[in-house]
Amino acid sequence: MNRTKKLWQRANTTLGRSGMLAGGFLLVVLLAAVLAPLVAPADPNQSSLLDSYAGPSGAHLLGADGIGRDLLSRLIFGARTSLLGPALVVGVSLLLGIPLALLASWYGGWVDGVIARVFDLVYALPGLLLAVLTVALFGPGLTPAVVALSIAYIPFLARIVRAAARQQRVSPYVDALAVQGFGVLRITVRHILRNIVPVVVGQAAIAFGYALLDLASLSYLGLAVQAPTPDWGVMVSDSDALLKGYWLQVLAPGVLIVLTVLALTVVGARISGEKPPGYLRRRRPAGAALKDRAENDRTPVGAAA
Amino acid sequence: MTRLLLHRLGGLLTTLFLSSVVIFGSLYLAPGSPENVIFGSRTPSAAARAAVRHRLHLDQPLPVRYWDWLTGVLHGDLGTSMVTGQPVADRVGSGLGTTLLLVLMTMVLVVLIGLAMGLTAALLPGRVDGAVNAATSVSVTVPSFVASALLISLFAVKLGWFPASGLGQGFGGKVDGLVLPAVALAILSCGFLARVTRNAVRDQLEREHVQTALVRGLPRRTVLRSHVLRNALPPIVTAVGLLTAGTFASTLVVESAFAVPGIGQLTIQSVAQKDFPVVQAVALLLVAAFVVCNAASDLIQAVVDPRLREAGSTS
Amino acid sequence: MTAPLLELAGLTVDITTEDGGTRTLLDGIDLSLAPGEALGLVGESGSGKSMTMRAVTRLLPRGAAVSGAVRYDGAEVLAMDAGALRRYRDREVGLVFQDPRAHVNPTRRIGAFLIEALVRNRGVGKREALARAAAVLAEVGIDDPQRRLRQYPHEVSGGMLQRVMIASVLLAEPRLILADEPTTALDVTIQREVVGILDRLRRERGMGMVFITHDLDLALAVCGRVAVMYAGRIVELRSADTLHERAAHPYTLGLLGSRPSIDERAQRLTAIPGRPVSAFESGPGCAFAPRCGFATAQCETTPPALAEFDDGLVRCSRVEEIHAARTEATA
Repeated sequence: MNRTKKLWQRANTTLGRSGMLAGGFLLVVLLAAVLAPLVAPADPNQSSLLDSYAGPSGAHLLGADGIGRDLLSRLIFGARTSLLGPALVVGVSLLLGIPLALLASWYGGWVDGVIARVFDLVYALPGLLLAVLTVALFGPGLTPAVVALSIAYIPFLARIVRAAARQQRVSPYVDALAVQGFGVLRITVRHILRNIVPVVVGQAAIAFGYALLDLASLSYLGLAVQAPTPDWGVMVSDSDALLKGYWLQVLAPGVLIVLTVLALTVVGARISGEKPPGYLRRRRPAGAALKDRAENDRTPVGAAA
Repeated sequence: MTRLLLHRLGGLLTTLFLSSVVIFGSLYLAPGSPENVIFGSRTPSAAARAAVRHRLHLDQPLPVRYWDWLTGVLHGDLGTSMVTGQPVADRVGSGLGTTLLLVLMTMVLVVLIGLAMGLTAALLPGRVDGAVNAATSVSVTVPSFVASALLISLFAVKLGWFPASGLGQGFGGKVDGLVLPAVALAILSCGFLARVTRNAVRDQLEREHVQTALVRGLPRRTVLRSHVLRNALPPIVTAVGLLTAGTFASTLVVESAFAVPGIGQLTIQSVAQKDFPVVQAVALLLVAAFVVCNAASDLIQAVVDPRLREAGSTS
Repeated sequence: MTAPLLELAGLTVDITTEDGGTRTLLDGIDLSLAPGEALGLVGESGSGKSMTMRAVTRLLPRGAAVSGAVRYDGAEVLAMDAGALRRYRDREVGLVFQDPRAHVNPTRRIGAFLIEALVRNRGVGKREALARAAAVLAEVGIDDPQRRLRQYPHEVSGGMLQRVMIASVLLAEPRLILADEPTTALDVTIQREVVGILDRLRRERGMGMVFITHDLDLALAVCGRVAVMYAGRIVELRSADTLHERAAHPYTLGLLGSRPSIDERAQRLTAIPGRPVSAFESGPGCAFAPRCGFATAQCETTPPALAEFDDGLVRCSRVEEIHAARTEATA
């Protein structure tokens, strides 16, 4: 009990109000994805032509799509594929990126240089294009798309890890540990990696959001997740519903994508220690100073007048 | 300056060369031989297969084929489509103009709206800044295909102001059909540019040299233009370069969403049809666009900020 | 006595902090400067000397509230509208900042920096302005001014850039120069040179100057009068010639004592104990009391007033007793 309370407090101070809200939303989405068979009101692939484009009702809480499949159930099951893909992408690129980044930051010099050059080259290819090319080679599917995006995301994550690890590498405590005879592996894993965990987790959350966008785009194009499988990106590509004006069927998954990515960015930024933007902080008590004529003088160009 | 130019040009050509090797090589290492595309589901006789392989130069070793292709590309010959039998250059050429126009329209929107929003936020701290910040936080998470769906359902289906797909006749019809795709592409980029602009301008407003200019009695507009904005340009230029490059990549999605006959749609079609010569050409073209945008933004930065003019200092 | 060029009366600056509190940075500064006079403002960091200069030009941080008066040539600076303020900043005062690297726009050529105000504010032609700029560069001792005009700030040394900054002030031909630690960011060898140039050109042109520094010796060398500041207040004001002999405030005595001298072989340097405080940190009494060797219980509670003593102004309740004790000791 006490531990839960402590954890809650810690989360509260790290994430702040907006971060807690975003985290709560993510938790709901995640639970929906994991417990989909339990919480979904219907089978997402059960079609019934009588219910074609049915409006919201007791039978279909959010209505049904063109062939009468329950929209809410498809959204809930869609969370599974929509979250699994980016999770794999981030996982694989961290697994490959972190060792490379630590290697580069520990040894510096030419090792660092070679790794940086390779990253530059990968960076020159947009992730989406790389994924499209991979699909051209291996045919459409979630696996080729995930493999391609994992490669494309390695430089993004590895650069951040390298910079953070480099900062630790040059701090005196690392030299102190080395002098005490601790091995490279031990220092790197037990100390350096541990200290940069917040940055890595935060940036991974942000990368998760981008990967979600990229994968959803690919599914939308019919190159990743394939049609009857419920997936948010696939659902947005329902042009029949779109052109017939059934916007809920198309925009509900779209809105879910936007909200999930937004929540991921907010949480990611908070965890990696970026300050919340000013409008979220407590407003300054109204001070007479604001009205003072000298107030605007330091930044007069910034004033409206 | 000249040295920097050469340095950048060298890097650009190296990247292009390496990506062309990667693209060419990987497509021919793909499982299933390219000639199967031509035969489809039929099982050809050995002689027929050999004839096709010879026609496609598949019987030659990979480096020779790469060399032939590269010299062809340098002479403007991009090969022949395996699906339609048309020269690839014709297919790419007919879509290139449309895509360039789309990217241009998008970037005009992005620069105008993004800069305006960023400047407003930077110059009006407090409520306005907060509102813009909230708007951009959301807009940078709206993917182009969701934006496309939103725009189609609102402006094409409901209001009927613009076509939902395809382009009309003539230049006017073309522009008309590209408005919604351009807006769909611009939404995310506008938010991004607005944030970069706001932070860059805020940063400069707090600089000491801006105070010097103020305390010399220069008019606010002069200080804003010649000191604040001018010095805030490098990050903004970088962002515009990155966003232009990203827009080329996003045309893959948006051109498919709106059925715009540009090279983005051509890429997706060719990928679906396994039309390798076309995929190769457009992929290389997109990489070229990406690399050129980034190099161009580096050079513009060097023009704006003299401290970046020494070669290699930016890489 | 002629009318003062600059007059500060009861100048007070409070700043509102992020958490909503107010902090006093300057507390009732009274000063006056005659045309052509040089006045030194001396104090440790946080004593409010830079804030004084900022208040004179109304270059204050966000959330700062100013009260009191800043009169320039009889006009109330704090009440000027935007246009009048611009004219005042353009023609009447010139600022030399501490760090020229940060205070000169790095993306524009030195020539553009120098002529900007002339061309924008006074409609001087570009050629004419550049010719004048070259002439002034020569005056501040810069060789080959034509070449320098085409260079960028990062291509010249800090000392050279500070001379460019001085040249930019001279070009505007103001009647008042405010120099805020103009040499602190420079190498020691270049410091004297730059101060020398500033001092000579100021005298030649009859400009008034407020010279802000933490270096009491430097102030004594270039200024006629010196005001010593502590925690946002002036604690002693007297003429530079007599400050050495007649310094009466314990803080000024401390400043004089904490600098090594060549004529006496001091056994140990007397440092002022404790750390300097800002105005908002001080208690109800004398701000210097916690570090003062002469402080009594009364000093902690009753704030002393700036009062005339021995041809100067001193802010100390026990100045008579301290003076008597010191004369006795030396006699």
